[in-house]
Amino acid sequence: MKISREDVLRVAELAHLELTPEEIELYRGQLDEILSYIGKLEKLDVSNVEPMAQVLFARPSNDQPELRDDTLVPCDIADAVLAQAPDAAKPFFRVPRVIER
Amino acid sequence: MSTAASWTISAVRDALRSKEISARELTKDFFARIDNRNRQLNAFLALSVDRAFAQADRIDAMIAKGDALPPLAGVPIAVKDVISTRDVTTTCGSKILETYVPPYDATAVERLERAGAVILGKTNCDEFAMGSSNENSAYGPVRNPVALDRVPGGSSGGSAAAVAAGLAVAALGTDTGGSIRQPGACCGILGMMPTYGRVSRYGLIAFASSLDRIGPLTQNVTDAAVLTAIMAGHDPNDSTSAGVPVPDYGAQLESPLQGIRIGVPEDYFGEGLDPEVREKVLAGIALLEKLGAKRIPLQMPHTDYAIATYYIVATAEASSNLARYDGVRYGLRVPSANLREMYKKTRERGFGPEVKRRIMLGTYVLSAGYYDAYYLRAQKVRSLIARDFSDAFQKVDAIITPTAPTPAFRLGEKTADPLQMYLADIYTVTGSLAGVPGISVPCGKTKAGLPIGMQILAPHFEEGRVLRLARGFEKAGGFTI
Repeated sequence: MKISREDVLRVAELAHLELTPEEIELYRGQLDEILSYIGKLEKLDVSNVEPMAQVLFARPSNDQPELRDDTLVPCDIADAVLAQAPDAAKPFFRVPRVIER
Repeated sequence: MSTAASWTISAVRDALRSKEISARELTKDFFARIDNRNRQLNAFLALSVDRAFAQADRIDAMIAKGDALPPLAGVPIAVKDVISTRDVTTTCGSKILETYVPPYDATAVERLERAGAVILGKTNCDEFAMGSSNENSAYGPVRNPVALDRVPGGSSGGSAAAVAAGLAVAALGTDTGGSIRQPGACCGILGMMPTYGRVSRYGLIAFASSLDRIGPLTQNVTDAAVLTAIMAGHDPNDSTSAGVPVPDYGAQLESPLQGIRIGVPEDYFGEGLDPEVREKVLAGIALLEKLGAKRIPLQMPHTDYAIATYYIVATAEASSNLARYDGVRYGLRVPSANLREMYKKTRERGFGPEVKRRIMLGTYVLSAGYYDAYYLRAQKVRSLIARDFSDAFQKVDAIITPTAPTPAFRLGEKTADPLQMYLADIYTVTGSLAGVPGISVPCGKTKAGLPIGMQILAPHFEEGRVLRLARGFEKAGGFTI
């Protein structure tokens, strides 16, 4: 067994998911099966292999990312963005109290 | 009036020019078709009626004035619901974004509309593009128009079904591990995945940023070429979009295939491949040989590790990308007296089972103590898989494989076993990990009448070669082989 009930609870906490008891058991079994399958990567010797973190940098002809100039451009979208918020008090997003005192 | 399947980009153009039909009438006709079929297929989640007619009227005004028409003038196009559309609800097939209305257009959408396209609406998909059957949509599954008891493939299932049923001339999909190519194959149409970075991802709501791509689903190769060319090219709003010049794909399309070297990876034709799919794809390869292509057997030794690698890389990126859905800035909020509780309850209610499963897996492989063993190792194996491709492309000009190991399966057939569903992505995830372009083209049908897809892959930025092979295959009757 690769993953325990405690592992599932720990990961759910990290991921900000509040799982139901049924989900905890379901995901424990399914993640266990998937992780066992994924374990096949252990068979490969990758000690001399560089990780592929970017796709385009892998091309020898393009070892630099395309970066734009660092110049300020108008970005007047605050109203449009706040209009989507579940609870906005311009210019803020309002959330439940974070700091107790 | 033309029948559903006969509307192509050039047919629309001719009909508008000759005033056989106006752009408004054509748009109305497509909305009528959608109205007629969508209850059955569930391909569309939202229609952008006002926006579509406003664009159609602009095109009709240009025609009335005798102005030159842009390349997609009046062409009705559907857009997968993970791609942002200004003022048109964009849900990603998720309850967490049920009411989300983007304040801007994705670059791909903006470019299509600027070229005259009429955006009909948003198509159903697996939630956040996570799935291979469209059964993970929070808004119900899509049915395959070819066989209603079957899935349309996924995750761009709504886009594929819409095009196959003639509810749009073309549709935008997104492909992370096969999500354009596989539904294309399942529905008997074409699905084109451009090179990673070829089409801007600006406005594409992220699933796995190092894998996500936008591309078209169409009924023919020429339309795929036209749409890809219009969307391609550098975009200052996406730093991973490439500054590589976009050639005129149309000019290359009709070139003969004489002497082109096609690699056939032997591992792709082994265990797990449906015999009818194998037979048709091998017949497709034989047809390409008849057209002058030279067949070369290939070994791609790391293929067997691709699914494991893909499901580590993709879920790790997804767990990070989907952290933004917390009930603060957009989408669903489940109120709570405590901020942390609010995050957790919002995410618990807003995400469906597959999305939670992948967030859990991705969080696990990135968590302390497991990062090196899973995520870092997977990134290294990804290098080996990419190297399989670069080595192969020293010997061949393109690679031909089946798109999927089986034709479209029945609704509900694989939902109970996520791993079995993942394994069905075997022929598409390798190209996704390597970043190369590919297309799935129709390659005959099974005896039961289910479409089969053949995949053509080429080196980075060689979309032109992919399309040229596809066009040669199409002209020679390969689609109905």
